[in-house]
Amino acid sequence: MSVSSLPPSGTTPLAKREARLAWGLLAPTIISVALVVVLPLLAIFWISVKPIGLADLRPPQPIARESLRGSDDDLRIEYRLRNSSQDQIVADVVLTDTIPDDVEIIGDLPEACDLQGALLRCEFGTIEGGFRTRLRLPVQAADEELAEERVEASEPVVTGTADSVLTNLTFTTDNFARIFDGEEFWEVLGVTIFYTVFGTIGAIVVGLFAALLLNKSFRGQGILRGLYLFPYVAPVIAVAFSWLILFDPFSGSANALLVQMGVTNEAINFFGERPLALIMVTVFEIWRYFPLSFLFILARMQSIDTDMYEAADMDGASPFQKFWYLSLPMLLGILSVLFLLRFIWTFNKFDDIFLLTGGNAGTRTLTVNVYEQAFAISNIGAGAAVAVVIFFCLLAFSFFFFKFISREEGL
Amino acid sequence: MRLLQNGYLTGPLLGALWVLTISATVAVAMSFATGDAFRPSVLLSLLSGLAAGAVALFGRLPQIAAALALAAAGFAGAGPMATGDISVLSALVGHSSVAAFSMLGLALILKGAHPGALSRHEFEEAVIRFLTGFGYIFFTAIVLIPFYVMVMTSLKNQSELLQNPLDFTLDFSKGFGLLRSYQELFQDFNFGTYLINSFGISVMTVFITLAFSVPGAYAVARLRFRGRAAFSRSILLIYMVPMIVLALPIYIAFSMTGLRNSLFGIVLIYPVTTIPVALYMLQGYFRGLPAEIEEAGLMDGLSRLAVIWKITLPLALPALASVSLYVFMIAWNEFLLAFMLLDDPSKFTLTRGIASLNSSEIPRQHLMAGAVIATVPIMALFLGLERFMTKGLTAGSVKG
Repeated sequence: MSVSSLPPSGTTPLAKREARLAWGLLAPTIISVALVVVLPLLAIFWISVKPIGLADLRPPQPIARESLRGSDDDLRIEYRLRNSSQDQIVADVVLTDTIPDDVEIIGDLPEACDLQGALLRCEFGTIEGGFRTRLRLPVQAADEELAEERVEASEPVVTGTADSVLTNLTFTTDNFARIFDGEEFWEVLGVTIFYTVFGTIGAIVVGLFAALLLNKSFRGQGILRGLYLFPYVAPVIAVAFSWLILFDPFSGSANALLVQMGVTNEAINFFGERPLALIMVTVFEIWRYFPLSFLFILARMQSIDTDMYEAADMDGASPFQKFWYLSLPMLLGILSVLFLLRFIWTFNKFDDIFLLTGGNAGTRTLTVNVYEQAFAISNIGAGAAVAVVIFFCLLAFSFFFFKFISREEGL
Repeated sequence: MRLLQNGYLTGPLLGALWVLTISATVAVAMSFATGDAFRPSVLLSLLSGLAAGAVALFGRLPQIAAALALAAAGFAGAGPMATGDISVLSALVGHSSVAAFSMLGLALILKGAHPGALSRHEFEEAVIRFLTGFGYIFFTAIVLIPFYVMVMTSLKNQSELLQNPLDFTLDFSKGFGLLRSYQELFQDFNFGTYLINSFGISVMTVFITLAFSVPGAYAVARLRFRGRAAFSRSILLIYMVPMIVLALPIYIAFSMTGLRNSLFGIVLIYPVTTIPVALYMLQGYFRGLPAEIEEAGLMDGLSRLAVIWKITLPLALPALASVSLYVFMIAWNEFLLAFMLLDDPSKFTLTRGIASLNSSEIPRQHLMAGAVIATVPIMALFLGLERFMTKGLTAGSVKG
């Protein structure tokens, strides 16, 4: 036996153990993300080809109520059974109930029913949509009040199988036909592109300007930096409503100010008119997200070597030349990364527009359209179809993203 | 351009623009502060700015004289800022601040400029100083005005504001009566509960997120396994799935399982939206820690998990603080899921509670008071821990 002096080849037990530990550590994350991200994504695809509305979320089911009615000779247990759906059938409907021993069943049982000991079992077979019926069981009891209490305490159990639109195999292309139909889709797409492109570029340009302002040390620089981050840090709902109140057409300060300054004679409905509303939501987007680009750009600026600027000073470069020929090229990397990320995120933005205009006055983007279709028009299938369209757009974006991001550092 | 590089042209032009900026700023500020009628007069501003810019080139004394002249012109009704029927005090404050800020600014802007031809440097310096001044005013104004309106509206009542939407003066004689809408929110609208709900949910989210993402981030940063590169990239991919796309199936699933309308359901869902962000931020930080210390720990007989607990985590405390703050902020500000999943007013979070105040029956000072209640804690946290927050934002805020 000679001991090999070669290093071990292939996967060593140690490496295997390390890999197993790694997967173990990642497992909770992977599982939870799969449950909440991957599964819903698959569900979206499924729902998008289903004819399903908001009301279909609850599958049709039989509903039964029990009561003790009448008195003395006419004393009877009554079951009222109905189908919760107006138009869909429920099959194999069976009602079971325990008859308490305080009452005694007299007379004949209804046809569908069968009594074994205290256990009552009634079979209804398939019931139509909108079906309702009443079962009467004549009984007698010594103490009627006690009997009523006991009878109504034992809830009847009613079961049935119904076809849920969500799980059956009916498919439709109506949802897609509906969302691509007519000019609405193109308008929505146009609005989305306008909002995304101008929102992204605006936020980056304004952020660059803010970063240039704060890229020098002076007293109060920290305070100003903190202040300029406010729009991003505050809850979107708080700032969105503040904007709405500030720009209110009847009692907004902005309108009062503009009238007083003589810019306009009558109040402007900033969030209610085409195309002003779209411009306003884009401005809001810029206002809210310039802090983010400003923060990134400032961080990058502060890491630029000052030697370069000193050399440029020696060569007599003017301030604008230094910015154009030195700073900007150095910032190009972070700017393009920011552009891609913000582009995708602005494209995905929902809250802001939803809160400001609710998608009215020509501000309906794709994401707002998901909500509109699913909840306002109560057509979940169509909403899911819009979501699928969004998903494919994002797939295209992330392809670009990875192509470029792999070249750029860190992010 | 060449033509402009002359003190006699640069000075007056920048002067005109600057005086216009200042008169507009002071007019807006004074209107918001007093509710009185102030308004910049564009033509007079430009004209007096031209003169002021020219005078400012000649040193301190002429500048002071120009400031006095501007103020006097203002009182005479021919200054850069026109006023309506206002009190003497606010006229005094308004006109003197226009004059003072105009000349002070111009003195700074034109510090390096002089009469006659300017070098390219001197010219660009002056322009940049003007742009800097303008930038500070512009950014401070656009950031502050919405917050100012938010706070002041919450302290007034609807009829006062309808009368004059610009009058934000407070009647301090009311004392604590000013805070009436806050009091009503807490008494009649359950905001105390919402505050506690939001806080509890955010804290839970932070802990759950950390519990999931710390081991995951460590694995991605330190351990070698097949698919590591692919994994660390696909974390970013998850950022790109919009919440509204996920919210729809989540809504359906929650409706069917009865998790809708429960805070438990919210606590289930929030961490998953933040785990990828946190994992991504933390793995970047873990990579930056020296591996040698951990290897020393392993040599001394600690297990991997003990190494994480005893060595990596204490070293990563600043990063943990940043991540926690960032996650707290996301959970605190989250609106969409809370809006879709919570319908029962006894279980709202703050953001959902504010959304429910947005109706025509509820006066809007309540809405704004709600907004203030939601904004103040996160701002306080942010300002107190700004260093961590900024770091957290730059490290991970790919997420919008």
